[in-house]
Amino acid sequence: MTVDTKDAAARPSTRRDAPGGARTSTGIKRRFNAKTALTLLAFLAPAAIFVGIFTYYPMISGSQMAFRNWNLNDLSDTSWVGFGNFQSLFDAPEFWGIVRNTVIWVVGSLIPQVVIGFAVALFLKRRFRMRGAYQAMIFFPWAVSGFLIGMLFRWMFNAEFGVVNDLLMKAGLIDSPIPWLAEPGFAMTAIIIANIWYGVTFFAIMILAALQSVSDEMYEAAALDGAGKVRTFFNITLPSIATTLALTILLRVIWIFNFPDIIFAMTGGGPADQTHIITTYMIKITQEGDYGKASALGLIVVVTLMLFAAFYLMAVRPGKAQR
Amino acid sequence: MINRMSIAGRISKVVFLGLCLLATVFPLYWIIITSLKEPGAIYSLPLDYWPRQLSLENYIGLFTKSDFGQYMVNSLIVATVASTVATLISLLSAYVLARFEFSGRGWVMGAFLVTQMIPGFIALGPLYLMMSNFGLVDSKTGLILIYIAICIPFCTIMLRGFFENVPDALEEAAMIDGCSRLGALFRVLVPVMLPGVAASFIFNFVNCWNELFLSVTLMNSDANKTIPTALAGFISSFNIDWGSMSAAAVLTVVPTLAIFAFASKFIVQGLTAGAVKG
Repeated sequence: MTVDTKDAAARPSTRRDAPGGARTSTGIKRRFNAKTALTLLAFLAPAAIFVGIFTYYPMISGSQMAFRNWNLNDLSDTSWVGFGNFQSLFDAPEFWGIVRNTVIWVVGSLIPQVVIGFAVALFLKRRFRMRGAYQAMIFFPWAVSGFLIGMLFRWMFNAEFGVVNDLLMKAGLIDSPIPWLAEPGFAMTAIIIANIWYGVTFFAIMILAALQSVSDEMYEAAALDGAGKVRTFFNITLPSIATTLALTILLRVIWIFNFPDIIFAMTGGGPADQTHIITTYMIKITQEGDYGKASALGLIVVVTLMLFAAFYLMAVRPGKAQR
Repeated sequence: MINRMSIAGRISKVVFLGLCLLATVFPLYWIIITSLKEPGAIYSLPLDYWPRQLSLENYIGLFTKSDFGQYMVNSLIVATVASTVATLISLLSAYVLARFEFSGRGWVMGAFLVTQMIPGFIALGPLYLMMSNFGLVDSKTGLILIYIAICIPFCTIMLRGFFENVPDALEEAAMIDGCSRLGALFRVLVPVMLPGVAASFIFNFVNCWNELFLSVTLMNSDANKTIPTALAGFISSFNIDWGSMSAAAVLTVVPTLAIFAFASKFIVQGLTAGAVKG
């Protein structure tokens, strides 16, 4: 669901309680009476009811489907099958290729997003004329849905009438058109390019905000000590924003992992299932009606991401990075 | 100012930012240009980077040959109702989470956050079954209800950040003057943080407007389909009609682009406020 994924991307705003984000609460701390307590409950109730019925209930009931034979095409037998669905996923010949694709998709999209986003943020840090307008313009990919981005790039990467081939040929980089979406290697490159296009802005915005929170005195002190640009960058800039950077990257990994829209629109997992990542594969299984197997895959995703997040947080220890 | 930028540094900055801007804007330019070409000219080489003959044929075809007008109305209804209700509900929950310290607050926040991390597809099957039990498959009401639930967690989190920037004294004064808590919230606090509320609403709206997979799963009649579902229908046919497709894409993107441009400052504020404070 695009809504979920997009929101997940933006989750850093919630890290109020995160280490390094310590802030004084403006909360009304005094004890409150029964009437106030009832008001609070009433205020929270609508949100709780909606999220409970339409998010939590289906999620939990979806999780138990993972252990059942649950196929829309034949609902006569929905018996408990234990780890049978998981077994048949692991046994499928395409499974490990899909896992590999998912890793390529995440890493291949993430690294350029971070590097380009960082560079944009560094350049935008200093005020200049039209900076506000520039920021608004590079915000543009965010208004476009993942699905439409896929369609835009599918058209641009069209082998015959696509503008990408045309530009490359005009520049003399290639002699004949590349069948971008028909060859697995090229198709993977194309979908990753589309994803980079989408994600750079997010990093630029988050990193810029972090950079702007580093005090000028730090830089002035470094300049007085005769530190060059490179040393200043590695000794002051990078450590100061390490926490934000680490958390932003974590959220992005989760988000890109869960982001099938672009691939769904651009290649549909093709050619010959060669560009499926786990979530597009999950859509495919869902569309085939095998909810049991799809839920099993969903659980694998959840567990993988939770383990990844745990190890990642242990490794980077965002709290320590910023003292 | 730390040290003055060298000429070379300045040039590289302009070139780099210029290239980034070009790369960002070009896909939009290209889809607009494509949509304005005559249908035949789209499939002719060499490619024209500016249409030889501006034509609205793709747009006219979209409205006469398909129900695109109806899809737009459906999307508008669903997105407007869902994001309005979600924003109102989230205002209440965000207010509580921002202003009161009670045991279990961490759990409530956590429960909202978890929804943002789990792939939605795990819920897709059960959601479909549940909606069919309620008789809400292929119904705008059903889609609206689900969209409300999807918008609430993040909207709450975003609004909470805005509430925390407004001093307590404001609503305390209003309540001493005889306002109820609800009255203080809507008559005093909301007007003060209106940009934040507007940004949250717009964020919800754009998300609902763009949502694909639930809509594809639940909606199947032309009377109820939203734009993304219709667009997805375009690619399931063997030959994609890129003329209509690009016209549809432009009509889908332009409204969201317009409101994002208007609100981007506040959205950025909402997204980054919590992350980098402290």
